[in-house]
Amino acid sequence: MIPSSSTGRLPQGREVNANVARRQRYGKAWEYLLLTSTLLGLVVLVLLIFNIVNDAFGAIATQSSVEVESLTGGRDLEELSQAELIAILEAELRSRVLRNLEREQPLVEREQANLIDLINTEIVKPEIVAIYPLNRFLFERSAIEAQLAAEFPRAELSFKSWLSGNFITNPMSSDPLKAGVRTAILGSLWLLSLTILIAFPLGIGAAIYLEEYKNEKPFDERSSLGKRANALITRAAGLIETNIYNLSGVPSIIYGILGLAIFVRALETITSGSIFGGSDTTANGRTILSAALTMTLLILPVVIISSQEAIRAVPSSLRQASYGLGATKWQTIWNIVLPNAMPGILTGTILAVSRAIGETAPLIVIGASTFIVTDPEGLFSKFTVLPIQIYNWTSRPQEEFRAIAAAAIMVLLTILVTLNATAIILRNYLRSKRVG
Amino acid sequence: MTIQESKYAIEAHGMSVFYGAFRAVKGVTLGIEKNRITALIGPSGCGKSTVLRSFNRMNDLIAGARTEGEVLYRGQNLYAPDVDAVQVRRNIGMVFQKPNPFPKSIYDNIAYGPRINGWRGSKSELDELVERALRDAALWDEVKDDLKKSGLAISGGQQQRLCIARALAVEPEVILMDEPCSALDPISTLKIEELMFELRQNYTICIVTHNMQQASRASDYTAFFLMDRQDRAGQLIEYGSTDQIFQSPRDNRTEQYISGRFG
Amino acid sequence: MTDQVTVSSATQPRRAISAKIVQLQRRPRIGETIIQVVLFFCGFVSIFTTIGIVYVLFQESLSFFADPEVSLSEFFTKTVWQPQIGEFGILPLVNATLLTSFIAMLVALPLGIGMAIYLSEYASLRLRSTLKPIIELLAGIPTVVYGYFALTFVTPALRDLFGRDTVSIYNNLSAGLVVGILITPMIATLSEDALSAVPSSLRQASFGLGATRWETAIHIVVPAALSGIIAAAIIAMSRAVGETMVVALAAGASPNFTWNPFQPAETMTGHIARISGGDLSYGSIDYRSIFAIGLVLFFVTLILNIASRQIVRRFREVYE
Repeated sequence: MIPSSSTGRLPQGREVNANVARRQRYGKAWEYLLLTSTLLGLVVLVLLIFNIVNDAFGAIATQSSVEVESLTGGRDLEELSQAELIAILEAELRSRVLRNLEREQPLVEREQANLIDLINTEIVKPEIVAIYPLNRFLFERSAIEAQLAAEFPRAELSFKSWLSGNFITNPMSSDPLKAGVRTAILGSLWLLSLTILIAFPLGIGAAIYLEEYKNEKPFDERSSLGKRANALITRAAGLIETNIYNLSGVPSIIYGILGLAIFVRALETITSGSIFGGSDTTANGRTILSAALTMTLLILPVVIISSQEAIRAVPSSLRQASYGLGATKWQTIWNIVLPNAMPGILTGTILAVSRAIGETAPLIVIGASTFIVTDPEGLFSKFTVLPIQIYNWTSRPQEEFRAIAAAAIMVLLTILVTLNATAIILRNYLRSKRVG
Repeated sequence: MTIQESKYAIEAHGMSVFYGAFRAVKGVTLGIEKNRITALIGPSGCGKSTVLRSFNRMNDLIAGARTEGEVLYRGQNLYAPDVDAVQVRRNIGMVFQKPNPFPKSIYDNIAYGPRINGWRGSKSELDELVERALRDAALWDEVKDDLKKSGLAISGGQQQRLCIARALAVEPEVILMDEPCSALDPISTLKIEELMFELRQNYTICIVTHNMQQASRASDYTAFFLMDRQDRAGQLIEYGSTDQIFQSPRDNRTEQYISGRFG
Repeated sequence: MTDQVTVSSATQPRRAISAKIVQLQRRPRIGETIIQVVLFFCGFVSIFTTIGIVYVLFQESLSFFADPEVSLSEFFTKTVWQPQIGEFGILPLVNATLLTSFIAMLVALPLGIGMAIYLSEYASLRLRSTLKPIIELLAGIPTVVYGYFALTFVTPALRDLFGRDTVSIYNNLSAGLVVGILITPMIATLSEDALSAVPSSLRQASFGLGATRWETAIHIVVPAALSGIIAAAIIAMSRAVGETMVVALAAGASPNFTWNPFQPAETMTGHIARISGGDLSYGSIDYRSIFAIGLVLFFVTLILNIASRQIVRRFREVYE
């Protein structure tokens, strides 16, 4: 013990036990608090998914303006013969409507399924009077049925999956029952492929420059002009690196503004395709090409930074071995560095691209179409993408649109999961190929 | 020390190497005799690896590295402004401290050098070249049945011989070896030493080693380097036949090092 | 690539090696030079992007302020943004952006830092390898999905909680909370990196003096990593300011100068998205106004990013 005149002292004997126990309890309490905050993340994820699934599936209550039974005398439409179906149509429809139908295709030539469709859409006219999310349909069924019986006595309650085969293959429609995401999926795939095609070589090129050539002195150091030129190039490379970092923090909507001013407007003759002759004149510059160029600029910083990391991870002993055999710089990069960095580059790029496929704001700004029924045909087509559809449907007040927005979100998330799984599989495959 | 033109494969005259402002090696004058094995020895930090790497301009790859003085190869200064480092390395090959096969097949490891150097020949001729390189590196019998196997899937000693075979396949005149056995077990080391004696007939070999037994066993000439206490720059202390260096060193410091008193 | 092996045939006798002609002179490798130039310009695309952003924002903003309806001083001082009647005061938009970002930080800072401390100081390797992917998963969900979540889940929940009369259908609280959830993974991963970078010798020294895990974490590790954590918070703040989809869907579609989080109010990003989503005629004052708002947004986020980077730099110097 250090002799001291002060009265300060550390806990002694049993005090120590009490002190440590108290501190441990205190620490434990904090540990549980921290664990809670971590698990909250998990809770949010579960809520998010629950909310989407809950809205994408559920029940609808439909009410018809005419009961089928009253038309058929209690039988199902499927049981009726063709002649009986035609008889119903002729009895119930006004002559003008009938004439129009006959002109399209004579009733007698139509198949049974087609006739049943006609009766459903022209006479029965089922209408959604209420929709319910999955949890209410499953757990509050009796309450729902009681409410329905009071408000819409003729309504029928049935399970409805808004996510269906038709939803994926149907084009856009203003009727939520018929609307689908076909156009949006195709638009997203076009945008995705084109963005990869442009961003991949540009990003890897920049990364190679920054990792392998930055310290290179291309001009003759002995002349003062060459020295100055080299210094300038080194400066530029440093500037590029700082700049890439800053660009990665610019909000995506700013990229949208840039895309609007440059690609959509200033370069309209190129991005609309009018310079190449045939093009969709209504698109102006608001084409897939403009969108892909904007997205490229948006994801380029991420592609460059992750490619740089992958290139840096290639052991320098491999580069040296290659130089030692008399390889030139580019031969070494092409044959040794790139193949070894490729798994890492691909993973980073696909992650960046999956960010692009979920981006909405810049596409709103450059003017993606919200209502479009024709499939995109090429670089110069008007387009819509899944996030734009989700945004558009979510922002409408009707519950039906919220439900199909949820279904579209499930499609989008499926594409994202597929992309990420592809990245992982591809990376593992490339790794095994290089070592195996 | 006068140097006769024909006798040496590489001659350094007053060579100094700088890393930025730091002088790592100063005033080295040394000849590497043709078809002989020359060992560079010395304690760590004495600049022996730097000297070796300056013989085929591998130091160029280090940012800020600079070489002064002359290194002559076939009468040409390797550091003359119009000399191309890639050309230099084509003729003066290198084997590194740690085996560094490419993550490719054994065959592709060997064929890489010829391919990048513009191989003109048929597939079967390349096969022959690969076989010859592997035979020369005493590896053929061990790997001939699985040339498709990854170069990383063989033992460390085999990997290092693969790296030697890879260097041989571009048919260099000089092979520089930077502590090629430091990562290997004694049996693999012995194999490499035997191999060096074989290769001596056709190639000039310069090897850096921190293992004095290896230098005394496996070299014809020995150069001893030491770091100058004052400016921490490596310098050549003594150069001579291996027998002379190990049995009757002229310099006091050489003797101290050889008898194990420092380093 | 133009190099040629002088001994070009495998059948040539071995002795020929020493007789071959040695040519060390540099030969122009035009291919290599072209490649280097092309790669340099790949890197330069990023510079062009920055120049493009700054040029476009300034140029269109200049013509916006040149309009007789607009005055620069009113732009920054007036609290009414109503283009229909020629009122262009950016304060309501800035105000809403600040409010949502503030709420977001209120959520994200404790959550994110808590996650980071738990992951780096407490979690076992196995737990860590389960929890980290979940956090990364949260970070990978598109923002429009978070917007959907805010509007269809969080807002109804808030309205049930505080009453339908107090909470509007569109409100800054819901948007702010969800933006907070959105930036939490960012704070968590960046802070965790900073905490993990603290040398373990410091922790061992603290444990060696009889400190508990929590005491070590809070007295030794967090202070040592503080600048990294602050940098993470700033960059997350910049992300919250620039976030668009959540506020566009949940915060409301009319500029409103209010500090009441239950009220609807449009943010800068939300306004840009709404204006440009409609039929925007080029050259109109509405069109130009989005560039002026964009310019303000760009500078705010740029300053935050630069500040964050400066702090990270200083932090690195401590450990080298």
